[in-house]
Amino acid sequence: MDATFASIIAAAAPLVYAAVGEAITERAGIVNLSLDGSILLSAMTGFAVAFTTGRVGLGFAAAAGVSALVALLVAWSGISLRLNQVAVGFVLTLLAAAVASYQGEGFVHQPGPSVTPRPIPVLADIPVVGRALFGQNLSVYGSLLLVAAAGWFLARSRPGLSLRAVGERPEVAHARGINVNRYRYLAALVGGALVGVGGAAFSLDQKLGWSDGHTAGFGWIALAIVIFGGWQPLRVALGCYLFGALQVVALRLQSRIPGLAQILPSIPFPLMIFALLLVNSAGLRRLLARSHRVSRWLLPEAPAALGRNFVP
Amino acid sequence: MTRRIASFLVPLAVALGITALLLIVAGAPPLEALGLIGEGAFGDTTRIADTLTAWIPLGMAAAGLVVTFRAGLWNIGVEGQIIAGAIAASAVSRSAPGGPAIVIPLLLLAGVLGGALWGWLAGILRVKGRVNEIFGGIGLGFVAQSFATYLVIGPWKRAGVASTSGTEPFREETWLPTIGDTRLSWVGLTLLVIALVGVGFMLGRTRFGLRLRAVGSNPASARLLGVPANATLYWAFLWGGGLAGLAGGLLVAGLQHKLVPAIAGGRGFLAVLVVLLARNRVAFVAPIALFFAAISVGSSQLQLRLDLDSSLGAVIQGVLVLAAVLYAGWQARRVLVKRLAASAEATV
Repeated sequence: MDATFASIIAAAAPLVYAAVGEAITERAGIVNLSLDGSILLSAMTGFAVAFTTGRVGLGFAAAAGVSALVALLVAWSGISLRLNQVAVGFVLTLLAAAVASYQGEGFVHQPGPSVTPRPIPVLADIPVVGRALFGQNLSVYGSLLLVAAAGWFLARSRPGLSLRAVGERPEVAHARGINVNRYRYLAALVGGALVGVGGAAFSLDQKLGWSDGHTAGFGWIALAIVIFGGWQPLRVALGCYLFGALQVVALRLQSRIPGLAQILPSIPFPLMIFALLLVNSAGLRRLLARSHRVSRWLLPEAPAALGRNFVP
Repeated sequence: MTRRIASFLVPLAVALGITALLLIVAGAPPLEALGLIGEGAFGDTTRIADTLTAWIPLGMAAAGLVVTFRAGLWNIGVEGQIIAGAIAASAVSRSAPGGPAIVIPLLLLAGVLGGALWGWLAGILRVKGRVNEIFGGIGLGFVAQSFATYLVIGPWKRAGVASTSGTEPFREETWLPTIGDTRLSWVGLTLLVIALVGVGFMLGRTRFGLRLRAVGSNPASARLLGVPANATLYWAFLWGGGLAGLAGGLLVAGLQHKLVPAIAGGRGFLAVLVVLLARNRVAFVAPIALFFAAISVGSSQLQLRLDLDSSLGAVIQGVLVLAAVLYAGWQARRVLVKRLAASAEATV
């Protein structure tokens, strides 16, 4: 049981980076649709750099950089050129995937370096949760810390409040002296870098190495989980762990049910669509209208200014 | 006019420049590589036929996308609609009796219906469930993809072996007749021309085309003017899905002759790029889809002759569309700034 928990937490780590990163970006009102391509590109870059230099840390840094660059392009085209963020994001999805498969050709199926396990003595021996939380490596510890930090930042910190204001009511935020577009650029960069870390966490930790379409589909899954998780880091992470659990279970059942691995990627989507239908159903809204607190928790809304460019 | 020409030539130059840079970095001669792409696409009759064969499903899906884009819908689910059409066409190919004159129209019709059904589902999610069509479409795409994989390795598997390489080839009566010994089919080519002209006529000359535009540009005022907005959205999805499904049917009957899990192979996503580059105009969709098909077919030569990865073709397509989108934004911005400056002067 301990081992199962530990493998779920580890399997979900890349997705946690990507989905929490995207949640931060979207909270500021920028939608970076390029995730599926960004993750592929950063997984390839991370592996290629680590393979060439022999240093895993450098691979993570390069992956974060390249993915932040893609996010910057989305933000810039929206903020400065006032283009449709969805259009630019979609083009970048395909372009980043194509670049990954072109530049990654020499690294296909090469054995390479990976993140070393670093269990924390004593703590890792705590029953049930010990191995899951303290028997991992730096990449997985980072994902756990990120969830806590992002949750605190958005809900409790002053800049987090400003960031949310920028995503909900940019006009009001602007009137209160907040530099809306600076916040948006920063949120896109930070979120993009986290997506890149997620890509590297695939190729250097969870799904070692590089092949064409190595992480295909995970970007769309991350985007779906952001919605499913209501743009809140803790719930987004919960969605990722749910998917991680599905992955681990599918892996164990694969010998008995052939084809399960191929069908797995489609599972989050019916779930997400169901969640969205539930959220938008008039009946449930009426039922919950009496208690604002419960309904706000159960039925989160998208940031009001999501994808809308702001002109000061 | 010069601006319109520039809006195509500048991005093309940028894309060629970046491609040349990538080739030089890879140590390949850029001009020879680009020449090889051209030769690979149009070098001899077989290659021209291959390029035209690739043009058919791409152009068909793009024609359908123009309808949904006109209504303001980001129908990214087109990939799934192609797969749904292919599955439906395969079901008919497997079971329907009779000669080609009966089976082929039947299977193509099934393709249309399968794709339209998948588009309609995205429409229901959007209209009734307020699920954004991007996520509804991608989600339905994953479902269609999984279903195709399930069929190929499950109920429709080849006798004895279950492999993802595809089903048993369908009987020859279900294959589209080809021209000479090429893979090109008159049926597909004719249908593509009909689809492009039909969509062009519908958008430009009919009341429905006008409604699509009204709903796409301003849904709220369209509703106030009495345009049935939801019905229009459903019809847009049916059209887009139906044409994508027809593309799927043509892929089965004209190219693969069996169902493979990767039957759509990214053609739907590529069609979105075509429509973005064509700025949603049917007249531009035809040549741009042909150009993209030529790049896709031609770049396979790079692998054979220069040992370059054929995904370079996809890089060229992506850079071209990105450059075009950014350039259009930059140009619009410049015009806006000029106009603002002029009006500021006028008020002074």
